[in-house]
Amino acid sequence: MAQETKENKWNEFLSAFARVMREFGSSLLRGLKKVFSNGKTIVGFSILAFFILVAIFGPMIFPYDSNTDMANSYLMPSLKHPFGTDWLGRDVFRQVIAGTGSVLEIAFYSAIFTVALGTVLGIVSGYLGGWVDKIIMSITNIFLSIPSFPIYLLLAAIVTINTPVSLAVIISIWSWAGLCRSIRVQIMSLKERDFIQICTVMHMSKAHIIFKELMPNVFSYIAINFVMAMRNAIMASVGIMLVGLAAYDPTNWGAIINAARTKGLMNVKNIYILLYPLVCIIVFQIATLVLANGLDETLNPRLKVL
Amino acid sequence: MNESMNPVGAATPPGKSKIKKFFGVCGRFFQKYSYFFAKIGISLVTLALSIIALFFLLRMIPGDIVELYALKLQNQQGITFDRAYELAAGLLNYDPNENVFQAFVRYMGGLFRGELGNSYLETGVSANSLIATRLPWTLFISSVSLFISFFIGIAVGGFVAQKRKGVADKVASGYIAVSGSVPDYLIALILVIVFAYQLKWFPAQNNYDAFKVTPGFNLPFILNVLYYAFLPILSYTIVQTGNWILHMRGSCIGVLGEDYILAARARGLSEGLIRRKYMKKNALLPLITQFGVSFGALFGGATLMESIFNYPGIGLEISNRIVNKDYMVVQGLIFFSAAMVILVNLVVDLIYPLVDPRVRKG
Repeated sequence: MAQETKENKWNEFLSAFARVMREFGSSLLRGLKKVFSNGKTIVGFSILAFFILVAIFGPMIFPYDSNTDMANSYLMPSLKHPFGTDWLGRDVFRQVIAGTGSVLEIAFYSAIFTVALGTVLGIVSGYLGGWVDKIIMSITNIFLSIPSFPIYLLLAAIVTINTPVSLAVIISIWSWAGLCRSIRVQIMSLKERDFIQICTVMHMSKAHIIFKELMPNVFSYIAINFVMAMRNAIMASVGIMLVGLAAYDPTNWGAIINAARTKGLMNVKNIYILLYPLVCIIVFQIATLVLANGLDETLNPRLKVL
Repeated sequence: MNESMNPVGAATPPGKSKIKKFFGVCGRFFQKYSYFFAKIGISLVTLALSIIALFFLLRMIPGDIVELYALKLQNQQGITFDRAYELAAGLLNYDPNENVFQAFVRYMGGLFRGELGNSYLETGVSANSLIATRLPWTLFISSVSLFISFFIGIAVGGFVAQKRKGVADKVASGYIAVSGSVPDYLIALILVIVFAYQLKWFPAQNNYDAFKVTPGFNLPFILNVLYYAFLPILSYTIVQTGNWILHMRGSCIGVLGEDYILAARARGLSEGLIRRKYMKKNALLPLITQFGVSFGALFGGATLMESIFNYPGIGLEISNRIVNKDYMVVQGLIFFSAAMVILVNLVVDLIYPLVDPRVRKG
């Protein structure tokens, strides 16, 4: 008897699980179809995917050799060295490829940290309200009123940065506040809407309301902000490296630019070296902006009505 | 004494009711201006919290500042370390045995006396003196470019909002996308490379040529300063204009949906007149807040921009002193810029309901 109920339960669970997975799969497909129906999203995403592919396969195909080769310093672009070589005879093309991974890593980690912190605190303070809201908002005010870039520099001086994660933590500590505030506002306006009011009247658990009702409604906003947080992280990390702090990775794009800049811009050859990472950053930033705009057009419910 | 002067007070029995009345008046006063008091209160709390946050952040720096200074003195004057440490503690007005909270109280005392923090690398240099010498330069380039970009932005944004299908809108959108996605300091770097190092039209660094002109109110000096400030102002303007166009366009599109615009169109007013008299004025209101926030952020200086142009502003000072570990001055400078952000935001919040009465009711 007991065995049977156990089996029944197991079967029930399996069928429920299969149903959920099926639903999840079909809704995922539908969602992907919807997301990729937008031209901007496709363009932005494919450029981003290209950078990711370069980060994964680039170092395998074009391994970077950090040994100096003074005989071949400052070579002009050729077939062997597509971007030329730097003052120590190292291939710039391979440096840029080796740096792609580190730049993307920083962007990705700090976007995750920023979005996680901002979303959780924003939802909590918007939904719970009261003194929790007051405390979180006053903390947010501090982070918004102290200028962020000097603090990045200060934190970079306090903590020894030697991994992308530590740099990402430093960047995200001071950049979640804006996201937190805007998510709080959205949650506060959603809270007054009928469907949430009904949930509250029906005594549904707070966890259910937050994860099942509120989260899907702000999800698109979070997705867009994830892309925007990546942009900000790249701006900040390259900036920190331009000042010369966080010099743990000499192939990071910011570090290449800084090294070429400190070698002296009077020398035209240094400008050539600096040009490639500069163009990479600009292309990457434009791609993320286009992707964010595309996502905004397809996912934002307010724009859909129009 | 007052009872005789106050006819109402004389009529009612003295004592309890008078206190009640006083509280009543106070209550009504606070109620009437509750918006203002709430804003002031929030600003004060934020200021206090940011002082605390900054102070404890600076205390997390590894390595004792006094020890660093003592090592420097030891090398300079050739004395023993103990003697140097004593000397350093005396010079820095620092008691090595005090705990963090005593240090905090001392720091607060300094703040109330208006001392933001003394440098321990250079004698006679403090955050106050740096602000006095550097802030004018920062404010000069950043406020000039803020005003230029604001006026270009509202003109273009208003124009583009009315002609949303035209070529101008596409050009403006492209400009917004590109200028918004290139980091500001990289635009500065490109400008420096092109105009200063390649074409050699403009100087690459500094604020004026100290060999050619003497500081003061004379024409050559002013022209020289403008010449040196051209590239920084240009790059700030390029960066900010796109942002202002975006905000103004969004705000204008919101206003264009209002009924009074429809009514104005129905009366047969020209589009130009509608833009000038109806749309722009209303669309500008939300931008005042934005403008205030941007203006408050100016006081901190743009660290990277200034270090690329080597322009002696607050931002360059902050980044140089962080690299050189002159943390007391850094603390003072960052505190100053945070305080200015809070102050300017407060002023904007207080002025805004006077400009737009809808806020006070809502």
